[in-house]
Amino acid sequence: MNLIKLSWSYLNKKRLNTFLNTLLLSFGVGIIIFLLLVVNQAEEKLKNNAQGIDFVIGAKGSPLQLILNAIYHMDSPTGNIPLSEANMIANNKRLVKKAIPLALGDSYKAYRIVGTTTEYPEFYKCKIAQGKLWQKNFEVTIGAIVAQKLGLKVGSKFYSSHGLEDDDDLAHKEHAFVVTGILAPSKTVVDRLILTNIESVWEVHGHHDDHEEGEDHKDSTDHEHKEGKDHDHKEGEHHKDSTDHEHKEDKDHDHKEGEHHKDSTDHEHKEDKDHDHKEGEVHGEEKEKEITAMLIQRRSNMAIVMIPGMANRSNKLQAVSPAQQYLKLLENIGIGADVLQYFAYVIIFIAGLSIFIALYNALKEREYDLAIMRTLGATRLKLFTHIILEGMLLALVGALLGFILGHGAVEFTGKMIAGSSQMTLSGFQFLSAELNILILVLVVAFVAALIPAIQVYKIDISKTLAK
Amino acid sequence: MKANLFGKYHMFILKNVTHKYGDKTILQATDWAASQGEHWLLLGNSGSGKTTLLHIMGGLLKPTNGDVEIANQNLHQVNGSKLDRFRAQHIGLVFQKPHLIQTLTVLDNLLLAQYMAGVKKNKQRCLEVLTQLNMQHHKKSYPNKLSQGEMQRVSVARAVLNSPKVLLADEPTASLDDENTVQVIQLLQQQAQVVNATLVIATHDQRVKNEIDQVFNL
Repeated sequence: MNLIKLSWSYLNKKRLNTFLNTLLLSFGVGIIIFLLLVVNQAEEKLKNNAQGIDFVIGAKGSPLQLILNAIYHMDSPTGNIPLSEANMIANNKRLVKKAIPLALGDSYKAYRIVGTTTEYPEFYKCKIAQGKLWQKNFEVTIGAIVAQKLGLKVGSKFYSSHGLEDDDDLAHKEHAFVVTGILAPSKTVVDRLILTNIESVWEVHGHHDDHEEGEDHKDSTDHEHKEGKDHDHKEGEHHKDSTDHEHKEDKDHDHKEGEHHKDSTDHEHKEDKDHDHKEGEVHGEEKEKEITAMLIQRRSNMAIVMIPGMANRSNKLQAVSPAQQYLKLLENIGIGADVLQYFAYVIIFIAGLSIFIALYNALKEREYDLAIMRTLGATRLKLFTHIILEGMLLALVGALLGFILGHGAVEFTGKMIAGSSQMTLSGFQFLSAELNILILVLVVAFVAALIPAIQVYKIDISKTLAK
Repeated sequence: MKANLFGKYHMFILKNVTHKYGDKTILQATDWAASQGEHWLLLGNSGSGKTTLLHIMGGLLKPTNGDVEIANQNLHQVNGSKLDRFRAQHIGLVFQKPHLIQTLTVLDNLLLAQYMAGVKKNKQRCLEVLTQLNMQHHKKSYPNKLSQGEMQRVSVARAVLNSPKVLLADEPTASLDDENTVQVIQLLQQQAQVVNATLVIATHDQRVKNEIDQVFNL
């Protein structure tokens, strides 16, 4: 027999009361644990993926969107940028240590195909688990999660689809990608990517895209041109020649493209002498080679000032620092998490109040028991400790439930979003900050039990027993 | 009273004990001394202060006036946790109602008595007392599963567990039937004898008066 056993016997006897009293506490603790784990794991994820990337160069637009898209492969691309302009920055060897181009636009079963260089997996310190890195066009190396979820193996073939959503209607059926390698899990974004060379993306996606855009473009020129003829006849006289010229060219081209599209490989073979992507070059005269973004690792601190400046000189480019965006993002998420956290602390405070009320009421019922224990020779201090311990045990049970609840909720959420999100969550992460929560809960319980425990000192044994 | 009132061989001595609530005197006891192993009845009508006197003797209540000496210790001279310790070692109390701790088994109730008294845990001793009171088969029962008589027997066991010098029983049979009354009184006497304690039973129960000869009237 000891005080813990005695206190526990009272809690155990009134299980329902105990449960209700600990429920509040467990919710408070659970919410805090949940937030703690999610924020921590999100931060880790963000940090891991952005580690060493000082700038992302991409199309003008939302900086956050650019970061999300180019680093985390969430959100849609901001648009494409001309490779030549990106290279103007990348070629500054005094400023730039490493520059990794990324070409996006296609996907397979919602997993993104990223056209890049072998520097990209190297950058994330990815190791090959099976096979080898891509070497030729249409060879791909896939991340561990892609391989696992899609059941792809070395040698598997698949057709990409246009866009980043899983949509069979938009499949590019001309070119099959071949898996030549599978990367070992790296716990970075690469796990969820399909990597290939940029040319492959240009080829399969660029064709299609240019083609479409080209058509659109021509349509509009056509239209404008006609309108021009109709309305701006006189004014457009000078202009007319050139437009007309273009128009003819476009028409011709349009025609070719149409054919080309139907049996592109044949057509290409006929036309192609040096390159697979002559088409791109043909277009290159009007439209440059484009990439989606370029990841930059700086060589000197000077680059911090210089690179954004250089990017701003172009009207198409922006250079965004992930660190800055990351801070902004955390600030924004932070407010939401803070509010929820305050809310959780309020719950814990209320739980403390409920423990206080429970003990205070129990004390009235148990005055007699306590008086009896005094007649058995129990000192006041012993009974004081007995009441405090009961509060602490209650808190401990609540905290334990809360820990299970919090970790369970994170694990559950992780399982829920596992298929659809870039974010992975594990409930099996334990942080030292959780110990602080336990201490907080115990302090709250101690304070809550203090007044009832002090009441023990005031019990008049004789009066209580004579009742 | 005799000259040897404060002699060493008395287990308890009361001298000029009175107790008041405010102006109202609720207890005025003549002097009383008892030797080790004696069995006494404390008789008096309702409201004559029997319970008050037992509480004073048990160190639960300080008398307004007078001296109480138990086992050569003047209770005026001990306070706080020292008094608690003294009570644990020298005094066993039985009340009208058994007042066992409902959340603990019979055996745990006894173990608790040892723990609270600061005595070394001795399960053997608990079982021994339970056997003497023929309650050993109930050691794992919770109090609410026992009859009044059985509960009172456990409370007797609890009172004698730590071998007190003085065993004080306040109306121990008031809520018992005839059969249990006789049993409990006999057990009290028997147990007091086993540990050689001075027994005082406060009662106004006619059934008890036949069992014990020495009487102190309030």
